[in-house]
Amino acid sequence: MDGIHDLGGKQGFGAVVVERDEPVFHAPWERVARAVTFAVVGNVPNASSSLFRHAIERMEPAHYLSSSYYEHWLTAAATLAVEAGLVTRQELAERADGPFPLAGPVRAGDVAIPAGHGARFRVGDRVRVRNLHPPGHTRCPGYVRGKVGVVSRLDGEWTIPDVEAHSPVRVPETLYSVRFDTGELWGDGQQAVTVNVDLWDSYLEGL
Amino acid sequence: MSDDHHRPIPPSPIERRVAALEELLTERGYVPDGFIDEFNRAYENDIGPMNGAKVVARAWVDPEYKARLLADGSAAIAELGFEGPEGHFIKVVENTADVHNVVVCTLCSCYPWPVLGLPPNWYKDAPYRSRMVREPRALLAEMGCPLDDDVEVRVWDSSAEARYLVLPERPPDTDRLAEEDLAGLVTRDSMIGVARLS
Repeated sequence: MDGIHDLGGKQGFGAVVVERDEPVFHAPWERVARAVTFAVVGNVPNASSSLFRHAIERMEPAHYLSSSYYEHWLTAAATLAVEAGLVTRQELAERADGPFPLAGPVRAGDVAIPAGHGARFRVGDRVRVRNLHPPGHTRCPGYVRGKVGVVSRLDGEWTIPDVEAHSPVRVPETLYSVRFDTGELWGDGQQAVTVNVDLWDSYLEGL
Repeated sequence: MSDDHHRPIPPSPIERRVAALEELLTERGYVPDGFIDEFNRAYENDIGPMNGAKVVARAWVDPEYKARLLADGSAAIAELGFEGPEGHFIKVVENTADVHNVVVCTLCSCYPWPVLGLPPNWYKDAPYRSRMVREPRALLAEMGCPLDDDVEVRVWDSSAEARYLVLPERPPDTDRLAEEDLAGLVTRDSMIGVARLS
């Protein structure tokens, strides 16, 4: 989905704020949220990192941008727990003694299952990223769609997340590292900069 | 000391929400006793950038290890005992005088946990994730890592399976240092690629 999580290239966020001597956890609730998230993911159907990531992506955009990383985790975990029937929305709100915002519903429907095939591209091939905007989960960042790059590496076959998040079917596909020039991505004249993105075979078309 | 000091601070909304989910799941048997401590303990004590620093130092002193590390990061890293979640496919990219590598995840915050631990907040926040793929030279300079114009910048958006570890350049005048001392020079930021070692 073209969600708020897909941040590559977005403008206006300002300076990177670095905290000196940052602790692993900033408050006890963060370490609880982290562990509880794994407990949820271990107890829901079709569990995968894709399922979990998509639950974060479904967060309401203003909530996503105004909340910290572990609040994303908590919201995704609570959403998946409700969807799997481990707890109810009402129980969460009552126990929290206040609102408990959850992520929005899955809108993917039945995802298309790509036919498995071998690697279609080799190192050095020019490829274009397909202009796909699926309503469900994908790991194809928006800023490379429609752009042309060069395959720099083949990383073997890995389960495509677009299917994994929404179906018990697992479709292994070749994963490539694709190198893009900044002129192609941003239309500017940055010198000696490449952006390298790892993309599944289904995301690409030949030229 | 006033009595106020002992008055309990009421839990914040996020603390109440975490507690609500934790309690409900615990009552229903989904969170076993001790799970929260067991689950996090390693990341609070044993897993962090000191692991990656040992990998880097070994690569600096042992050319054969370095070759194995660049060919198959996860296998070479496992030789030093570092494995686990987010470590199944670690790709090591080497900085040289002419090439600078830097890692970001624009879609979430993918990070090589076994060698760097859990990521800092800035790595997970919107400014870094949005800007590093768009204006890496400017952002690196802002973060204290200015690069000459003739140094090639390679940004790695680690949003798929590979988790990237930058192999920083060995600082000059360190020929006499032992491997353990070299590891002490290696910073987390140099292994993400937002700093160079001097």
